[in-house]
Amino acid sequence: MLSLDELEAAVGLRTGRKHVLSILVENKPGVLTRIAGLFARRGFNIDTLAVGPTDDERLSRITLTLDGAVHPIDQVTKQLHKLVNVLKIRDLEPKDTLARELALFKVSADGASRAEVMQICEIFRGKVVDVTKRAIVVEVTGTCDKIDAFEQLVRPFGLIEMARTGEIAIARGRGET
Amino acid sequence: MRAVDALMECLKAEGVDVVFGLPGGANLPTYDAFYDAGIRHILVRHEAGGGHAAEGYAKATGKVGVSLATSGPGATNLITPICDAMMDSVPVVFITGQVRTELLGTDGFQEADTIGITMPVVKHSFMIQHPLEIPRSIHEAFHIARSGRPGPVVVDVPQDLSRADIPYEPVTDLRLPGYQPTTEGNQKQIRLAAKALANSRRPVIYAGGGVVSANAGLELVELATSDKFPVTSTVMGLGAFPAPHEQWLGMLGMHGTRAANYAMDEADLIVAIGARFDDRVTGKLSEFAPRAKFIHIDIDPAEISKNVPAHIPIVGDAKNILPRLTAEYRALVPEPTRFDEWWSRIRTWQQRHPLQYEDSTDSEIKPQYMIQALYEATDGDAIVASDVGQHQMWAAQYFAFREPRLWINSGGLGTMGFGLPAAMGAKVGCPDRTVVGIVGDGSVQMNIQELATCTQEDIPIKVFIMNNGYLGMVRQWQELFWDKRYSQVDMGKWPDFVKLAEAYGATGLRFEDKKTLVSDMKEALAMDGPVLVDVRVTREENTYPMIPAGQPARNMVG
Repeated sequence: MLSLDELEAAVGLRTGRKHVLSILVENKPGVLTRIAGLFARRGFNIDTLAVGPTDDERLSRITLTLDGAVHPIDQVTKQLHKLVNVLKIRDLEPKDTLARELALFKVSADGASRAEVMQICEIFRGKVVDVTKRAIVVEVTGTCDKIDAFEQLVRPFGLIEMARTGEIAIARGRGET
Repeated sequence: MRAVDALMECLKAEGVDVVFGLPGGANLPTYDAFYDAGIRHILVRHEAGGGHAAEGYAKATGKVGVSLATSGPGATNLITPICDAMMDSVPVVFITGQVRTELLGTDGFQEADTIGITMPVVKHSFMIQHPLEIPRSIHEAFHIARSGRPGPVVVDVPQDLSRADIPYEPVTDLRLPGYQPTTEGNQKQIRLAAKALANSRRPVIYAGGGVVSANAGLELVELATSDKFPVTSTVMGLGAFPAPHEQWLGMLGMHGTRAANYAMDEADLIVAIGARFDDRVTGKLSEFAPRAKFIHIDIDPAEISKNVPAHIPIVGDAKNILPRLTAEYRALVPEPTRFDEWWSRIRTWQQRHPLQYEDSTDSEIKPQYMIQALYEATDGDAIVASDVGQHQMWAAQYFAFREPRLWINSGGLGTMGFGLPAAMGAKVGCPDRTVVGIVGDGSVQMNIQELATCTQEDIPIKVFIMNNGYLGMVRQWQELFWDKRYSQVDMGKWPDFVKLAEAYGATGLRFEDKKTLVSDMKEALAMDGPVLVDVRVTREENTYPMIPAGQPARNMVG
């Protein structure tokens, strides 16, 4: 016979790690506003957000990352599910997920330092996409951590500016994201 | 056929027999179609009145209410009813006019971004971009409004698109791949819940407005009486369980009964059904029902474990789940005497702390007595629409609602000005029932213009103003928590409600004598046409008992 003491509550747990949500939405006007508005009014902070087409022109994929230390992820996904234009939400498991971000770095690099920056770029398998007398622009792709690491290394040379896309992600293996 | 004529066909196909609205430039084509569409249109005096009337209609009948407004100010006047319907899960479709598509985004005359402004407070909304979308959007709007957890849906129709000619064919399929509410509760979870009930010694059923929305009142009674489960409800759930029943503890929460709040405090198992653990119910969250495990039944998965972690969540329609839970529970044959101790504790609270007030010894009308008198005058057989404030809480406490959909109020948003138009909408939906309004002298003035609508359309509601000349609830808080510094709560003695009623073509009455109050009320109820009654009550009376905001139930005062 069941005792009440054995019951465990399904709490809105804070997982303490970064979460990558892959959200499939109908490609209709205002959908992004609905999602952004939901996050704003419920007090959820988006760390990164990337939106783009999918293989089906009627659908778009939104990939967003947020901090599970601050937000109860189940409450976030349940609220998202209530939006009529949201078809599917995956809270991607890090070990089963390929996540990539693209970043462009404009680094001040003249004479001697240029070679050094290009060397770092090579180690990170980045590409130099623009060179002028006083600066180079480097394109780097990879996980969020890799891009953070690259940023740290080139910052001492004089990081003029940087642009990042936010992560996009897809599930490993044959299964759909 | 013109798109607006197709719109009329869609409304008829959805079973709409009445709408509440006000025309303007951007929805002129729609109003041209109403001219001979054969749908009753009630011309309100302010769009907010129309929106609340549609809510009152929906709450009283269980059907989808419909409210119309033009673009810009018409649509912005609907914001409060839309938000109100969202907070209280009321199925209403709001159809707004929009400026011509060529003017969109140019700050055109009477242009407002209705979809953008309403987005945070709608269940869903449709911006029409092609005339062919109109029929499908209307049907999808009704489907979304009434199914799952009900709520408001806005359809924004640009003027030029509404005049376009379209080939109309009835819509037979809906394309909403992202909208599939869960209605069937999980059988394993239901079985687990039955077992938990069988093992509880101090259970409480905590019913919310969801039981009313689900039309699951009888199913709730079945569950509660399958054993001797004590039942309480939120202000939204009143009537879901018959108040005269011996297992009824009264309402819970800030102005609930001590028995209900103390029972929650000491319960070992709480069954929340269609309720959302609002702060007015829980008080201080960390000290809410500290000994209890929670079974949470709700059609909205996002409500589960939102404020209070659920031990046994069951997502689905209460009407589907409750009979199955009752059957599972009956099959368990639990120990019949195990609630005896619990009930004797509850009975002690009930005897020691009944709802009470000090009645006057002269002709003065105490506000609590006013509610009891109205209960007596109507024999409890009336739909009661209330506004928001002290009168609302006294009505919730002293009017013993016997069945669902008799009590219509604004719970979540707490909208003053809701009561009179909601009563109007309820009467339109239920013409054969007595519909009374219980309103405050402050709140009634926020939508009193709808008395003209009631007179013109012959909607014979009987509205009783609990007149204390104050914004009473605010005054009470200033008295209790702000050192009696009565800042901006004295409403003076204006207007003269009797003259005002007469100016609107309604009957105006004033009651000041307690001794004749019941018979006076009976006379007012028997009159033809709309009646507005100015009932003069004690000026400074407080609504008790009360859990001060942010405190635990144990700290009830009064």
